[in-house]
Amino acid sequence: MPDTVTFKIKRQDTETSGSYWETFIIPYIPNSNVISCLMDIQANPVNAKGEEVAPVVWESNCLEEVCGACTMLINGKVHQSCSALVDKLEKPIRLEPMSKFPVVRDLTVDRSRMFDALKKVQAWVAADGYHDLGPGDRLSQSHQETAYKLSECMTCGCCVEACPQYSSDNNFLGAAAISQTRLFNMHPTAKNIADERLDTLMQEGGIADCGNAQNCVEACPKSIPLTESIAEMGRQVSGKLWRNIFKA
Amino acid sequence: MSKQRVIVIGGGLAGLAATMKMAELGMSVLVVSFLPVKRSHSVCAQGGINGAVNIKGEGDSPDIHFYDTVKGGDFLAHQPLCKDMCHEAPYIINLMDRLGVTFNRTPEGNLDFRRFGGTLYHRTAFAGATTGQQLLYALDEQVRHFEVQGLVEKMEWHEYLGAVLNDDGRCVGAVIHNLRSGEIKAEKGDAVILATGGPGLVYGRSTNSMVCTGTAVTSAYLQGAKYGNGEFIQIHPSAIPGRDKLRLMSESARGEGGRVWVPRKAGDSRKPKEIPEKERFYFLEERYPLFGNLVPRDVGAREIYDICVNDKLGVHGEMKVYLDLTHHTREFLDHRLGGILEIYEKFTGVDPREEPMEIFPAVHYSMGGIWTDYTRTDEGLIDHQSPNNQMTSITGLYAAGEADYQYHGGNRLGANSLLSCIYTGLMMSPGVLNYINNLPEAAEDIPASVYSASVKKWQESYANIKSMNGKENPYALHREMAEEMISNVLIVRENSKLKSTLDKIDEFESRWKNIKCVDTSDWSNPVPSFINQLWNMIQLSKIITKGALLRDEFRGSHYKPEFDLHQPDDFRPETYLEFEKQKEDGQIKEDEFSPDHLAYMKRFSKNNIKWLKTTIATYRNGGPEISYEAVDTSLIDPRPRKYD
Repeated sequence: MPDTVTFKIKRQDTETSGSYWETFIIPYIPNSNVISCLMDIQANPVNAKGEEVAPVVWESNCLEEVCGACTMLINGKVHQSCSALVDKLEKPIRLEPMSKFPVVRDLTVDRSRMFDALKKVQAWVAADGYHDLGPGDRLSQSHQETAYKLSECMTCGCCVEACPQYSSDNNFLGAAAISQTRLFNMHPTAKNIADERLDTLMQEGGIADCGNAQNCVEACPKSIPLTESIAEMGRQVSGKLWRNIFKA
Repeated sequence: MSKQRVIVIGGGLAGLAATMKMAELGMSVLVVSFLPVKRSHSVCAQGGINGAVNIKGEGDSPDIHFYDTVKGGDFLAHQPLCKDMCHEAPYIINLMDRLGVTFNRTPEGNLDFRRFGGTLYHRTAFAGATTGQQLLYALDEQVRHFEVQGLVEKMEWHEYLGAVLNDDGRCVGAVIHNLRSGEIKAEKGDAVILATGGPGLVYGRSTNSMVCTGTAVTSAYLQGAKYGNGEFIQIHPSAIPGRDKLRLMSESARGEGGRVWVPRKAGDSRKPKEIPEKERFYFLEERYPLFGNLVPRDVGAREIYDICVNDKLGVHGEMKVYLDLTHHTREFLDHRLGGILEIYEKFTGVDPREEPMEIFPAVHYSMGGIWTDYTRTDEGLIDHQSPNNQMTSITGLYAAGEADYQYHGGNRLGANSLLSCIYTGLMMSPGVLNYINNLPEAAEDIPASVYSASVKKWQESYANIKSMNGKENPYALHREMAEEMISNVLIVRENSKLKSTLDKIDEFESRWKNIKCVDTSDWSNPVPSFINQLWNMIQLSKIITKGALLRDEFRGSHYKPEFDLHQPDDFRPETYLEFEKQKEDGQIKEDEFSPDHLAYMKRFSKNNIKWLKTTIATYRNGGPEISYEAVDTSLIDPRPRKYD
């Protein structure tokens, strides 16, 4: 058993300041994950040079990989830091903020773009009201299984971080939002505006921007079949294109 | 009158349910949240949501659900609220289904239901084992739709510091701290709803998320609002140990047939699968033949404590027991419990489909919370138009969800929390709007000077925190405080220890003043916020501990062995109803009861007269002053609980 664990953390004080690396050496404690080590640094914020520094800032909430907040690059690979177990990681452990989003501070980034994409693709059921209108449609178990898997997306950003097409210079919607269009286009009432969602996917930043690298599906911590979703939406978009041609 | 709006603090199930309902009714809503609302703690709820839809044809009904809920809470819950909630539950489940929640289905395509603790019916609708996440996402989507339509505005990355009160003590807005820029300013609001969840972080590691500090409701308490039933903290029987948090292992694992056991031989070093059936002690099944592994959580946690501490039969001699699902097929488990089994596997490296899980009890939920009001109808339901519903003792300041106190009594039944969160958010909305419609003036027209005083107070407070240059690290101090709470204010409570903990808390409060603000930068600095939250957690720990010290009885999750009334093994609760009836009729026929039953019933009756009351904590002279209030038990007669 090692006595200590070394962390090399890429830090950035403000949105516009430059980044720098800082090393922390903390006592090794069995069954640690990255978050519990960041907490240890908080409780004793001293770097490897023995200087007292501001504790590292990161974002987290549920700590059980269902909220998506604590996503970061761990040894260069995007993952939730709560489920990154120290014993399984190569040392020293390198932590960096995700690279596809503006850094707020240290390991915290601003993922507003992903939530804006959910607005663009109208990822919701347009309800008549919240009063008692009886039960929803009956649905098969296989429908539920497909929909549930897609609905587990926590907007964490792993898929777009891994995507070679998604960058700050373009407005690609990304795999998460495209997969949500599949979810809502298969819902018995949300599909009433399926065509509007397809229109969005046909615009700039839509499905045509996907380069088919298939990194997204590898990176997804929830094993959501993102490439299947993209293929399915590609089919729906082509279908609509054909319909448009025949209508014209 | 100028345009009015409501401020909702917190974007979990309760906050978003209220937001979407009020937006539907045409009201502008400002949602303030620590994080993007989609990341709220509601995502951690796993097993499901209760509603007596009776899909399985078992004869279940909202009234039976109501009875189970009240009994589960050891009769401390306000009955009209529980009744109304249980009667609304089937509609709420249907609504969430319509809004796209991916609930599991029966072969015919109906919603599927499973069993949960404290009931004998299949009453829990579920979406795999991430039901809270799925419900939250559906509400998040509805609220996003309103955001696009301009009715809802979100302020994510902001924290609530306190209510702005006018000269009459009415809440007219909130002081909000921008967690990025550090700016502190007031937001005008004609009503403010605290939907800020529970206080698990008072215990450091719990099943709660990192935002669950209880700081918003504590702030309301410090401003004069009453706090109810603080000492009733639910300990969940099954969690996975972790250094940063204790991850929940849902009750649904037992609802789907999971069995709890320990080796019969203390310190048995064999692997669980090597221990033959007859050498396993399925202690819940043996001790509670009727409810078995699905006893309510307070009972389950106490039994695990008993088996591990008193009988010393814990796995590897530790405070752990096995939760065994290995008799099911992998397909069955993945389909119905996938989410939680993945969590277990990811964090422990052991596949729970092949090996029994090792679980232990952890702080999970606060039945207590900020005191709120309601208006009942003659039928014992709730008048949904009443502006009193969910209003705290500060006019215009409301609370909903885990932040409030009155639905779960002394112990919450599993899968009732998702229900109570969505229910309170929806139920209260028409009343909040009625309150607003009858106000003499819109917050928009209230002079800025009313707000500037509050803002200045908080700006000074945060400036003071930033200048703190003592010796204590706030995070280390929090760990110490949490250790104290975990050690002495948990499953088994003793007055001597509670007393010493209160003294310790006073020490923590003194040491808080010697904190060093370890980060004094202006941009996106979480440290001053945490120091402020820690102060509030210290205040809240006093409410919990003092309430526990003064309540000399055993009720629900609040267990003091010294005051256990020792129910005779062969006692039936119906006997007590007969006893009470005779008492009302004027004469107890003592010879009709066996002497030990009679003596027990007398003890029980006397105890209820003294203690079947809501604990109220009011902030006076730097700490909680405790008083007691009546509980509405007019619909179901209180009686001894029994689950075997």
